[in-house]
This record gives sequence, C-alpha cells and structure tokens, in this order.
Amino acid sequence: MGGVTPSQTVGPFFDFGLEIAGGEMVASPGADGRHLVVRGSLRDGAGDPVGDALVEIWQANAAGRYRHPADDRGIPLDDGCDGFGRVATSSDGRFTIQTVMPGRVPGPEPGQWQAPHLLISVLARGLLQRLATRMYFPDETANDQDPVLALIPLDRRGTLIARRLDAETLAFDIVLQGPGETVFFDV
Amino acid sequence: MTTPNQASPVTAFPRPEPGTHPPNDSPGYRSTALRHPKEPLIVIPHTLSELTGPVYPYGRMDVADSDLTRQHPGEPLGERVIVEGRVVDEDGRPLRQTLVEIWQANAAGRYTHRIDQHPAPLDPNFSGAGRTVTDDEGRYRFVTIRPGAYPWKNHHNAWRPAHIHFSLFGTNFLTRLITQMYFPGDPLLPLDPLFNAIPDERARRRLIADFSLDVTQPEWALGFNFDIVLRGSNATPMER
Repeated sequence: MGGVTPSQTVGPFFDFGLEIAGGEMVASPGADGRHLVVRGSLRDGAGDPVGDALVEIWQANAAGRYRHPADDRGIPLDDGCDGFGRVATSSDGRFTIQTVMPGRVPGPEPGQWQAPHLLISVLARGLLQRLATRMYFPDETANDQDPVLALIPLDRRGTLIARRLDAETLAFDIVLQGPGETVFFDV
Repeated sequence: MTTPNQASPVTAFPRPEPGTHPPNDSPGYRSTALRHPKEPLIVIPHTLSELTGPVYPYGRMDVADSDLTRQHPGEPLGERVIVEGRVVDEDGRPLRQTLVEIWQANAAGRYTHRIDQHPAPLDPNFSGAGRTVTDDEGRYRFVTIRPGAYPWKNHHNAWRPAHIHFSLFGTNFLTRLITQMYFPGDPLLPLDPLFNAIPDERARRRLIADFSLDVTQPEWALGFNFDIVLRGSNATPMER
C-alpha cells in the first residue's frame, strides 16, 4: 500500500464533528470500582490555557480488563465501564472526566504488571500529531515497579502522577512545553 | 495474582517510516511554536494498554450519519461530492467496522463553529459533520458538499486549501489517526504550511484524494476516492 496515511492537526473547529454525548463518562455511575473525578488542565509554553484541545482517555475497568478483543484473558467486562472518554477543553484550558480506578494490567514482559494508569491522547490546533501520555495515581506503591515509569528520568516522572484534591477527586495538569513539561511518549 | 497475566501475543506495530508524519515542531505553522513539546518523546514498549483501544460501537455515539446533504429540511448550497475509499492497514488488510468521522467547512469556506470569524455565509442546510462505519471490506462512503477554501491568520494572505477532516481509531491506541483530505489540483496546496509540514513528498500525496469517474454519479455528483492506511502489525498478511 506504500505507507501510512500522514497525520494532520485536528484544528480549532473540531467540536461540532467530534463531540459525543457523555464523552466525559469513562465509567458510568453504575460501574464497579472506586469512583473518581479527574480535573485536568492543559497549558502551553507561555503558561496560557489551551482552550481548544481534544483529550481522549483509554483505560481498563476496575478489574483490569480492557474492553477490546486483544484482551482475551477472561477477566469480566463491566457494562458500566467502556474505558473510553473524549472531552474538549473549555476556554480556560480545563477538562473533567468521571471514571473508576483502573485495575492493574500486564507489563511488556511475562509476569510483569503495570501500575494503574490512564492512556491519554492530546489533540489540538498547533499539534500536527497526536501527543500520547499517561496519567498515574498518587500514593500508589505499584508506581515504583511500573515498567513504563521506569523508562522516564526520575526528575520528570512526577509529571505523570495526578495530585489528590480529596477522596474522590484528582487533578492532572498537562504542560505542553517549558518548565514542568509533561512527559509524552513515542508509541 | 490469580488472573492470567498475558493476553494472546500481538505482533509488534512498527513505527511509521521517518518523514511520514509532520513534526509537531513545524515553524511554518505558527500555532506549533508554544505547543510542541521540547523534551524528546520517550519511546515505550507496546503493552496491552497500547494494543487495545476503543472499539465500535462506542456506546454513547450517535448512529452513523454519512450523508451530510440530508441533515436538514433543504438542500445545502455548493457542489455535491461523493467521497469514498477503503481503510486498510499497512499490509493492505481491511479494517472492518471501524469508525470514520469527518467534519468540514461549507461551500463558502465557513465552519458551523462559534469561533469561526470568516465573514462568509453559514448555510442553514449544512452542518458539515458526519460519521460512518467501514463495511467488511474496509469501505466507507460519504455524500457531502465540496468545502470552500478559507483564510486564516498564520501569515499574510494565508488560505487553507479545501479539505475534509478525518478521524479514525483503527485497531488500537497506536492506530489513532486524525488527518485532512485534500482535493486534487488545488493551487493552494504548494502554499499550505500544514500539508507541507509532512517531510516525505510521497506521504504528502497520500492526503490528496483521486477524482474518480467510477465513483461519480451521472447527473448528480462528482466522486473522489480517498484510501486511508493505518499502522498495522508486521505479521504475514492473512488470506482474506
């Protein structure tokens, strides 16, 4: 076929095309597990809010099962948890998702486990390719053994760990550029 | 842990050839200046997290709506076009039942978006967004209106070539693609910093649809073919 179709920016005018009702509900109120609200923010290299971005979430359910045919490990699905979310940032660069704490999933090597995490795609005007990152959870001892976090220089790992605001609420600040720049991955 | 640790093995998804995707640091496109990460991306292995991803139907999405000329009581203004093609992986295998979402400006080059300031008319009979799902051969088809070019403020007298935005998920998190389809022969293409940010000229050409007399419907609409190739595993192609 002669190669992959190239990426282009999502541009500033996507929301009438990509918005989905209930896109912030990665897991619905009836889902199993510990329910959480993640309050996110997105800032650029000048520290200004990025008010025209699209943020997509992908995660396992509370039992650590992905709703996808490649996850055929026999762990039960949860009808309350699609594991997919899609939200546009507001003009002040903020977004909110409702979800449950995902279970642990296997790492790249046999017998290895990853710490609970969310996969995040950031798309925006000014980004010609999707940026891929992850959100990890605070106070999670499994983070110390996570095989992906282990690939990140110690002084930057913290950019992927959410802050706890209260028992049910976490904050996750994404910085596209400059001091405190979030770690992004080449996947 | 009593749960099984490993899912069935999935062949690795190789990174696209260098030059395929435009770098986020592309100075010709002014908005990249403060938005591209300056730290190097960290290469990570593909775990079950990356080898899975949202699968259609995503419960909360509306039903497919692939005829953008029939979303309102009246007919939209402009040149009716059919855009169809196949969604395949790098080995040519069709991606079945995969979601394809599009959005675009109207014939006058205006988006139905609250922040579009271009002083061109809105069309009450055209919203400019559609969704469909590929069939068992990976085919999709939209009926729409040829979008107009429009000015933007990237540089003096900057105009975007006519384009349709495409969004696809494909097989998993790795295959996520957002792109733009362009029309053949557009004189604005050589001037466009987004299109030309793609380093490899052959890759760039993959974003230009082909005019197709086969797709064209007599007395009704011009047809264009736009095939989309998503990342694939490097396994031996299976028989279809």
